[in-house]
Amino acid sequence: MKTKFATMAVAAVMAAAPAMADLVFPSLSYRTGPYAAGGIPFADGYADYFTLLNERDGGIGGVPTRLLECETGYNTEKGVECYESTKGEGALVYQPLSTGITYQLIPKTTADGIPMHTMGYGRTSAANGKVFSHTFNYPGTYWNGASGAINYLLDENGGDLNGHKIALVYHNSAYGKEPIRTLEELQKKHGFELSLLPVDHPGQEQKSQWLQIRREKPDTVLMWGWGVMNQVAIQEAANIRFPMENFIGIWWSGAEHDVLSAGAKANGYKALTFHNVGRDFPIFEDIQKHVVDTGKAAGAGDQVGNVLYNRGMYAAMLAAEAAKTAQEIHGTADITPAMMRDGMEALSITEDKMAGLGMPNFGPSFDVSCENHGGPGLVGVTQWDADSQTWSLISDFAETDMEVIGALIAEDSNAYASENNIEMSCN
Amino acid sequence: MFYREAGDFKTTYSADNQTFPIKIDRVGYYVALVVAFLIIPFMINDYWANAILMPFLIYSIAAIGLNILVGYCGQVSLGTGGFMAVGAYACYKLMTSFPEVNIFFHVLLSGGVTAFVCILFGLPSLRIKGFYLAVATLAAQFFLVWLFNRVPWFYNYSASGQINAPERTVFGVPVTGPNTEAWATYLFCLVFLVICAVIARNLTRGMAGRKWMAIRDMDIAAEIIGVNPLKAKLTAFGVSGFFIGISGALFFALYLGAVEVGEAFGITKSFLVLFMIIIGGLGSIFGSFAGAAFLVLLPVVLKVVGVDMLGWPTDIVAHLQLVIVGGLIVLFLILEPHGLAQLWRVAKQKLRLWPFPH
Repeated sequence: MKTKFATMAVAAVMAAAPAMADLVFPSLSYRTGPYAAGGIPFADGYADYFTLLNERDGGIGGVPTRLLECETGYNTEKGVECYESTKGEGALVYQPLSTGITYQLIPKTTADGIPMHTMGYGRTSAANGKVFSHTFNYPGTYWNGASGAINYLLDENGGDLNGHKIALVYHNSAYGKEPIRTLEELQKKHGFELSLLPVDHPGQEQKSQWLQIRREKPDTVLMWGWGVMNQVAIQEAANIRFPMENFIGIWWSGAEHDVLSAGAKANGYKALTFHNVGRDFPIFEDIQKHVVDTGKAAGAGDQVGNVLYNRGMYAAMLAAEAAKTAQEIHGTADITPAMMRDGMEALSITEDKMAGLGMPNFGPSFDVSCENHGGPGLVGVTQWDADSQTWSLISDFAETDMEVIGALIAEDSNAYASENNIEMSCN
Repeated sequence: MFYREAGDFKTTYSADNQTFPIKIDRVGYYVALVVAFLIIPFMINDYWANAILMPFLIYSIAAIGLNILVGYCGQVSLGTGGFMAVGAYACYKLMTSFPEVNIFFHVLLSGGVTAFVCILFGLPSLRIKGFYLAVATLAAQFFLVWLFNRVPWFYNYSASGQINAPERTVFGVPVTGPNTEAWATYLFCLVFLVICAVIARNLTRGMAGRKWMAIRDMDIAAEIIGVNPLKAKLTAFGVSGFFIGISGALFFALYLGAVEVGEAFGITKSFLVLFMIIIGGLGSIFGSFAGAAFLVLLPVVLKVVGVDMLGWPTDIVAHLQLVIVGGLIVLFLILEPHGLAQLWRVAKQKLRLWPFPH
């Protein structure tokens, strides 16, 4: 009973004293469990960018930021607990980095009026802002990813994919199943053959899937993997001597830790991306000076410049820019979640802005609008060089097939709207 | 001094047969009910409901269900997660197919569906025992999760394979979906928990429970004195499945709202509920409550103390939590193999004599 009263007292104190003095950004991270390898660099990048803003600029618009980190372990139950325990503190935007938790939080955040940003993951049809008023997934979605991969293959194969065999190795969950419908539509359009190979959580056992690939000899293997599944898949591909340049992962399957364990055999493996990679950006000097050298780096501080670190930093940058936009719109530095939502909806990222932030050409330029929460959906391709142990961008950020994707988004979001009696906004 | 029968006179058979024959127990029971029904709903907020009370109530139902099977009837089951999934998917299909029917009946019916599935997977228990039965129920766990992932009919052909609870109301108050009030979902679960606990308590005190315990203690002897093992084992599977199904349905519809079968109802869920009844006490309804409370509260308390009060990094607290929970389980099994319920029984014995132990 004593502990019960102690927690009750703590909860009461937490509820009674909402700190209005700073901008609260919760980070539902996962530094433990089978997905920690991807969760750690993302969380570090997210935290370090806000630390940098506090140290260098004194916060956003003069108001310091406060990061509330809560460990989810990629587990939906803990995600709910984290959401409930942080939302009372004035949380401005949620970024759960988990498609499962996203599905859970979409109705909850909408009911509570707190925006959620699921950058390159989550529910793709949330790009339709008319239905999903508080969910954003700019600058790109899984369906852009699927189409981007097919477009890249079209380029490689002279614009013709008739008879081309594609195998999709995917995490057997809401996340991994996302691209299937788009790929099936594109299959009708371009005439390639598609075979589906699900891998169950957590993905350490993939012998049978790769045996099937060895038998069917597909021309290209696409992968929607996360966590330990990526390393195992790349190792298995190397074991059956599948040509790595024909193996393309989604952006969650293309970080350093995914390929390093397979060593030289992983050379040439490709992954999609929606932002730039590497350390050649002026912002890293600032991070080194203000965050790392002062000992304020999150985690072990050894992830700076990794693909997922950059992504976490990019997510934080977009959140901070949206907060700035919100401050301008509403003329107050102390913004609320509702104002933050307006800021995200009016967000405009330009090349000048990114260059000013020390991140030139880091991602695409785009404008968010009330109707389109999904951004332009530009997809680039990166390739791993095992000798220098670096990822490099080998294509431009290219357009995807918005004709197919737009129709699918409209269909899925309208189904959601009618299931849940949602009235269309943005009129 | 406490917990004494002295002065508590019973004048009828029904008074003699009541659930709590000792007055102080009875008073405590009514006080708990009053607090749970009349006081907590007015004080509850979202955090308390979603982080502590709802999981406690729902896991208590699951633990009671599993305790009937494992604790009272002695049939080891590792299929709890799969059976909870049956309850959740049955509830989802019923909710979306018959939206005009009240959610209350959907939850009861999902319990019924799960009871049926549970009996089916209980059939091997007539031929195999102990570890072998555990393996058979483990097969149920994996089969059911695979089934709900594989057959799109179960998730209404949605692109992601997720199931989402649409909004349903009881007396005009929403209890599922995003626009729920904390007190409404809490009371809805509480009603189910109280019904389940009363049924379970009375079943285990009566003929059915005695048959289960006879089978548990020695099945051959039970058969000789006239207990039909087929009926006893299958009713245990059925009743257990009913409760676990209800908990699965509530877990999906009220607590999480959106579920992915492999993640929410995996093997870890089976182990979690099994740990609850082992720590709480096998063959005790109170133990089911105590075990559920222990395993739901402990991580939250550790997190509050570690992250919010001491300010430690979240990953260190998360790792410490694994170490501490694991350590406590081992410690419990060594120091008190009969669980928290036995501690409570011993405490009661001491309280009867206190302050004059001789």
